[in-house]
Amino acid sequence: MKFLFTGRSDLPLDRDAHSRFLPWLIAFMVFLAVLALAGMLILKGVAARWDNGVSGTLSIQISPTEDLTNDEIRLGETLKILATTPEIERYEVISDERVKELLKPWLGDIGDMAELPLPQLIDVVLKSGDRLDATAFEDRLSQKVSGVNVDDHQVWLERLVNLIRTVQGVATLVLLFIAFATVGTVVFTTRTGLAVHREAIEVLHLIGAQDTYIAGQFSQRALMLGLKGGVFGLSLGVPTIAGVGYLARRMDGFLLPSMQLQPVHWVGIAILPLLVAIIAMITARTTVMRTLAGML
Amino acid sequence: MNPQDDEPIVRFENVGLRYGLGPEVLQDVNFSLLPGSFHFLIGESGAGKSSLLKLIYLAFKPSRGVISLFGRDIAMTPREDLPALRRKVGVVFQEFRLLNHLSAFDNVALPLRVAGTRENEVRRHVSELLAWVGLKDHMQARPPTLSGGQQQRVSIARAIIGRPRLLLADEPTGNVDDDMGFRLMHLFEELNRLGTSVVIATHNMHLVERLGHRQLRLESGHLNIREAVAPPQSGPSPVPATDPQAVKEPSDTRGQQSPVDPKPKKSIFDDDYKGSGETFGDPASLENFL
Repeated sequence: MKFLFTGRSDLPLDRDAHSRFLPWLIAFMVFLAVLALAGMLILKGVAARWDNGVSGTLSIQISPTEDLTNDEIRLGETLKILATTPEIERYEVISDERVKELLKPWLGDIGDMAELPLPQLIDVVLKSGDRLDATAFEDRLSQKVSGVNVDDHQVWLERLVNLIRTVQGVATLVLLFIAFATVGTVVFTTRTGLAVHREAIEVLHLIGAQDTYIAGQFSQRALMLGLKGGVFGLSLGVPTIAGVGYLARRMDGFLLPSMQLQPVHWVGIAILPLLVAIIAMITARTTVMRTLAGML
Repeated sequence: MNPQDDEPIVRFENVGLRYGLGPEVLQDVNFSLLPGSFHFLIGESGAGKSSLLKLIYLAFKPSRGVISLFGRDIAMTPREDLPALRRKVGVVFQEFRLLNHLSAFDNVALPLRVAGTRENEVRRHVSELLAWVGLKDHMQARPPTLSGGQQQRVSIARAIIGRPRLLLADEPTGNVDDDMGFRLMHLFEELNRLGTSVVIATHNMHLVERLGHRQLRLESGHLNIREAVAPPQSGPSPVPATDPQAVKEPSDTRGQQSPVDPKPKKSIFDDDYKGSGETFGDPASLENFL
């Protein structure tokens, strides 16, 4: 670490033309990593919110008939059963006004509900930690009430969560590719540096320098270049994700979930340049140590 | 005298060296160097002098045979222990091998820095040694801006700053005139007098015969040892020859990175080499230094 603080190096690594592109490449890598990580964190939050919002709830639909009286009786029977089911915390019949509101974006204003037969909807909230088998519960209801459908949202929720997990997996792969590309670039740059400075390295060796002494000079250089490029990449990536978040917030909430990043997420993104720089430092050190091990 | 003082610091047993699949450039080389000895390594160009030195300063591994350095069989020594052995050997390379991007100061400081010496000590000792070799005004100069003689002195300063037990010099007079050549030889003899073993590879037979030290003669890859001969009586010798049997016992701390204390005084060469413009410090200062 001595060189980091003194700025002194026995090898003229700061004059190497081949390492000048390294900060730019690392800046690009960090920029991509910032986008991938931000996307991953947002999707993780979305999946968690959807999961929390839907799990522990059921939706019950009672399909309409032409006989309104019969419909009322079927609703009453259903509510009786709900009231006596121990796993249920509470339930609420969705009012006609609320149903109209929910359908408004697709159907516009609905004047008389009688003209458009819609099912009775009941929102059910289960007791915390309790589970209720939707299929079995539907069978139980159907024995007393016809035309009842119980939906625990699991089918579409699982598909949605699977989709999000897939996208998260892709983002993770992108991060891994970025890490591999960084490692490959640093290995190439370091090997080139070793070849260019072979004469000076040999002299250092012959006057008694340990491999760690020489590797230290390369690794400190890689750390500094990594930090330089990383900070630049971060300075491009943060405005980009902030801009995308701003555009997302301007759209209607029901089309896109909240794309806000939590403070802890920002911390994670902020340490990306340091992480990439440390990867570059360790890679450079390992490359030098392995190469020098082949010398006497 | 410690028992180990009689142990050879370098021992070659049936050593052979070939480059790649080529013929052996060194064949069945056997010799030992005792502490405090002074040897010339002589032979025609291409006889293998540089190769032999490279084997001693651990730049190469032998193709066969056993090399021991300071009592340790190199083949059996773990790689991580080799730097410590190398620090006990100071090398004046034929082409100096100074790092051109570093100043004279930083070049000389290298052996101390790689040994982890504190920076304030590095500054003090390197400044004093450079002043002692007459480069006080060139400390921040880069090697390409220095003359051949000045580069040679930087190279020598780098070789001795770490107080080596063994000093190897490969054709140290090859790039300087006779005047400077004798002055360099005097410096090496002073170092030897103070306990450093010295091996000088040269093809300058005039110099070898004049100083009369023991000779390691390489001929067609084979090594022959010739005992020291008395320097010719006719004609003044600018420097006294050193009897290798009467050298001062080396200090136990030689080869360690420890404080040095050269105190630049007047140059003893000022009188003998008036007008040269290049001076070394006096041996008294060197004694303080070593």
